Amino acid sequence: MSNKMHIKLKVNGKDEEFLAEPRELLIYTLRERLNITGPHIGCETSHCGACTVTIDGKSVKACTMFVAQASGKDITTIEGLGGPDDLHPLQTAFKEHHGLQCGYCTPGMITRAAKLLEENPNPTEDEIRFGMAGNICRCTGYQNIIKSIQAAAAEMNASKEAAE
Amino acid sequence: MIPAAFEYHRPQDMAGVLAVLEEHGDDARVMAGGHSLIPMMKLRMADVPHLIDLQDVGGLSDIEIGDDSIRIGAMVTQAAIIDHDGLASAAPILREAALQIADPQVRYMGTVGGNVANGDPGNDMPGLMQCLDAVFTVVGPDGERDIPARDFYEAAYMTAREDDEVLTRVTIPLPKGGYAYEKQKRKIGDYATAAAAVQIVKEGGTCASAAIAMTNLSDTPVFSETAGAALVGTSVDDAALKAAVAAMLDDIDPTEDNRGPIAFKKHVAGVILRRAIERAWSRA
Repeated sequence: MSNKMHIKLKVNGKDEEFLAEPRELLIYTLRERLNITGPHIGCETSHCGACTVTIDGKSVKACTMFVAQASGKDITTIEGLGGPDDLHPLQTAFKEHHGLQCGYCTPGMITRAAKLLEENPNPTEDEIRFGMAGNICRCTGYQNIIKSIQAAAAEMNASKEAAE
Repeated sequence: MIPAAFEYHRPQDMAGVLAVLEEHGDDARVMAGGHSLIPMMKLRMADVPHLIDLQDVGGLSDIEIGDDSIRIGAMVTQAAIIDHDGLASAAPILREAALQIADPQVRYMGTVGGNVANGDPGNDMPGLMQCLDAVFTVVGPDGERDIPARDFYEAAYMTAREDDEVLTRVTIPLPKGGYAYEKQKRKIGDYATAAAAVQIVKEGGTCASAAIAMTNLSDTPVFSETAGAALVGTSVDDAALKAAVAAMLDDIDPTEDNRGPIAFKKHVAGVILRRAIERAWSRA
């Protein structure tokens, strides 16, 4: 059965239009169709969070959404947060505080952390642990991830104050 | 993981949803947040030739708090429940339970309607809704009808909702007294090894009424009328707690799985219920 649908997405500010089968999982659309390979496929069963992206202001596991559902939506991936020459404060903090080892979970971690800090700019350690509970890291033991998010929060709050 | 191919429908209103259901019968299924259905489709354990996405159907995402009841639309997400201040004061048990469901990403997508309609014994909202004596409203070709949560669940994934009906909202009588939702799970995101929902009314140091429901300890949620009755008229002392736990253990029917053998599950159910009653009583 080939029943391709006309899909329209906005990904990292860019409009995308293509034909796809509705059953295509969004993570494959991003990685294989649009060549946006920041979001990773970890478990592919909604557990690990490596595929986390932001869709219309919500952190979503892109392995658990059909491209058909995502049609019409605004999607941000790690690529939309910052690039090599223009790192997001979270990316800088993960680098400086050793918030990663192998790096596989990091795009999902940072994309989720960015949403968490948007909702709660000054989280406690417990709030970070609870808010990041949908993202699994098998290397760091989480300690440095928490430090990184705390450092990024402090940096972002300081630059916001400076701007005001 | 690639699910079987399907036809995707995104109707703009309920009439459109019902039309697709009428046309395709058993071959069509509605989807809210999709976080129960999509994993099953990926595993090819659910075969859904016609998938009806409810996201564009209006009027299903409202939370209304009235003088004597709360109405929650089927598409209200767990995250919306957690964020709703009015709900946190009118029925704090909902927030306490929602915070223990899955993880942040899943709670942005997972809905109350999906959680209660799916009929998965592992879901937390069905037991909670039985404890609160909620009523589910479903709409079908012949219009709306109401089904009490306590009569809704027949077996795992089998409910009183007909295939051509859609669950549209949950109505909860305003809860009274103390509450607790207590859940034991192996890790964040896991279903309960055992969970208990308790709502208790205290009058002058005595328990005036108590509602108790258990999750993932049978192929349906278990509303244990006898466990609640064991507390009524007591001061919820140790003897009453033991009687309530014993009554609950008679009502559950757990099976062995990777969360443990039957004896362990019964042990955990007893511990969890005792904690839930004690906490609800302390808040009553």
